Amino acid sequence: MARIDSEYFRDERSSDFTVIGTAVQRSDVLGHVTGRTEFMEDRTFPNLAHLKIHRSAHHHALITDVDYSEALKVPGVLRVITYKDVPENWYGVLRLIGIGPDDEPVLAEDRVLYKGEPIVAVVADSEAAALEGASKVKVTYTELPAVLDVEEAMLPETPVIKRAGTNYFVYEGHHARRIRFGDVEAGFAEADHIFEYRYSSAPIEHAPTETTGCIVVPQPGGRLLIHSNTQAAFFTLDNTALTLKRPFTDLQVKGGTVGGGFGGKVDVMVEPLACIAATMTNRPVKFVYTREEEMQVSSPRAAERIYIKDGVMNDGRIVARKIMLYVDAGAYARHSPYGATKAAAHLPGPYTIPNVYADCHCVYTNRTPSSAMRGFGVTIADFAIESQMDQVARALHIDPLEFRLRNAYRDGDVKAHRKVASGTALIEVIQSTAALVGHELPEEYRAMSSSTPRGAGA
Amino acid sequence: MTLLYGRGFASVNYPTGMNLGGDPSQALIHATTMGGFVISLSSVDLGQGLKTVVAQCAAETLGMPMEQIIVDTADTDTGPHCMGTFASRGTHRVGNAVIMAAREAREVMLQVAADELEVDAGDLETDGSGYVRLKGSPAKQIHISDIALAAHFKQGKSISGRGMFLKERSYPVPETGEMDPDSCQAHACTVADVEVDDETGVVTVLRLHNTYEIGRALNPAMATQQVEGGAWMGVSHAIFESTEPYYPASRAHGPVDFSEYLMPGSGEIPEQTSVILERPSSNGPFGAKGIGEMTANAPIPAIANAIFDACGVRLTTMPFTPESVLRGLDALRDGA
Repeated sequence: MARIDSEYFRDERSSDFTVIGTAVQRSDVLGHVTGRTEFMEDRTFPNLAHLKIHRSAHHHALITDVDYSEALKVPGVLRVITYKDVPENWYGVLRLIGIGPDDEPVLAEDRVLYKGEPIVAVVADSEAAALEGASKVKVTYTELPAVLDVEEAMLPETPVIKRAGTNYFVYEGHHARRIRFGDVEAGFAEADHIFEYRYSSAPIEHAPTETTGCIVVPQPGGRLLIHSNTQAAFFTLDNTALTLKRPFTDLQVKGGTVGGGFGGKVDVMVEPLACIAATMTNRPVKFVYTREEEMQVSSPRAAERIYIKDGVMNDGRIVARKIMLYVDAGAYARHSPYGATKAAAHLPGPYTIPNVYADCHCVYTNRTPSSAMRGFGVTIADFAIESQMDQVARALHIDPLEFRLRNAYRDGDVKAHRKVASGTALIEVIQSTAALVGHELPEEYRAMSSSTPRGAGA
Repeated sequence: MTLLYGRGFASVNYPTGMNLGGDPSQALIHATTMGGFVISLSSVDLGQGLKTVVAQCAAETLGMPMEQIIVDTADTDTGPHCMGTFASRGTHRVGNAVIMAAREAREVMLQVAADELEVDAGDLETDGSGYVRLKGSPAKQIHISDIALAAHFKQGKSISGRGMFLKERSYPVPETGEMDPDSCQAHACTVADVEVDDETGVVTVLRLHNTYEIGRALNPAMATQQVEGGAWMGVSHAIFESTEPYYPASRAHGPVDFSEYLMPGSGEIPEQTSVILERPSSNGPFGAKGIGEMTANAPIPAIANAIFDACGVRLTTMPFTPESVLRGLDALRDGA
């Protein structure tokens, strides 16, 4: 167990507690280690039907014909569901917090924007019959050129893939979520050194042990009981009701045992179709992603591309930082517009820099839509920022921790988004880690404190 | 073949709660006939221990033992609204809601006890043992089971409480990005020690040394599990994972199972040493900040910086594959 070092902030800590601060055993651990925890898929229901999806074979294409007659002939197939069966086919999960437009169809209509996009759902007595039925659906396409690069997508000559008219999310009239603080060009002009580097990442899978799924059970009174491994019960309920155009009180979500979430189980991908299938067949319906669907079709962590340009003085003070950040949202928005704003709020990192300029772009491409994942907006930005800090420190022959301490934000500093910093502790975690690994810091750096105003102390 | 060793640093911060706020959570609490306290929520425990932490918050606030607390959650028919378990918000939002509900229930509990003991409620105290007692006269006491029985069958009172936490929504100024995005910020510094094999390009993360400042470690064992588990994900992000190995040039060759999508096995988990600092947040439950997400973040750049320290190759694209290390080493040789 990690040691709590109570020497730091000792005047701000009280320790007059009985249960808080103690290592109480996690309440569900015995169930987990003895295999008795009941997960969503451990439930069995009589007459359970299964739902599987026929998916797009192309990155970008017009759908000219959908023929599911052969699917209906597969023994055990009960129903085929197309977009015409979805009461409110267009949705966006962020509509619940007022962010639009609704840009994604539950099932594709006249076109597909990514390989793996759902087109037809097949409901059958068995998983095997549902899979066979889905494989028998014949879709005829006219392929369109695919846009697969975030910076290419932003170019004026690139074809627009989105019906809203731009290959990027529009933030109140702007092509990016902006941060404008101070005068970054003046900062570069005054700087002794300029450093500009590019960073990037590839998409990453949540890789939960338990794939995304639900079982929907029609209730005697007509309500639908949704057993789900969602990370957010009401978020799932509300979004599902909107898609179904049914009263919210028609639905009940039960969950609470999740075999790994990491942000992958907040997209509300399986519940609406399972509810439609359960209503059509009046049978319990199970819709659970295969491992392949989880890895290649469900949203990954967005790939990002980040350019950071720093203006730095000889003494190691960063006086200007400009960041161009591109989030590859893939084909649909999902949670990515939120993530790009969260990235903007995080910039320029935990450092006080008087001149900051950032454009955080949420860009659409013909890829699997990315979405929420642990720390999105911040994780890849931190990789870029902290790599940048290392490159600049080395170029200036300054100790990497001393370079961070010189620029570390403190209580009372105004951040780039203009909120006054409080409760800061970057200085102390650096000091503590330096001590932990025996990295010698000069006295003036050991004496620094987050609660000492900048310039007043060291 | 040479094994090269290097050390890298990274320091980060991370916001608690949904960006820009506007993400409420509620809690209800009521006493059973024998003095159990049922916390009703709709929040989802992803396995990180939310149910345990909120039970600790309730027990501390009520002044009752942990054994008295029952958590009933993740059912939209029985639990009040919760925005969801993400954005490092569970402990902060739900913890605060539970504390507020428990305070209201505690007031009723103390009043019922006061009426039974024929004293003033303001003169009563709890010590976590299950008894409510008169300050300064410890012999004058009553057990929670007797209080609850009296409330139900004698006084006709419901020992219950309602709790809610909401950080009001902030709207960014479109021109400047001015906003109030967070409730508080947690902090971390990670030092990574790596080994780089200059023949195979394989990077092995040997050790991670961390300090986390998390406001208040409500449960230090579970906080440590967050730090170590998150670091595992950070190591995996850094040197193993992608659903598109040739991004962005090609969408092909996407892995479809765990034999193609690699993550660190038990032999590839680094040694970890961690220290926790506590600078209580003014708005967190007992000062706690959220650390659910951030623990994957600092290891990634610390590893990138350690790889440079070991072999002089600056990797600016994640993940740091053996191929990218070898290409970097080739470029260094060609440039020399």
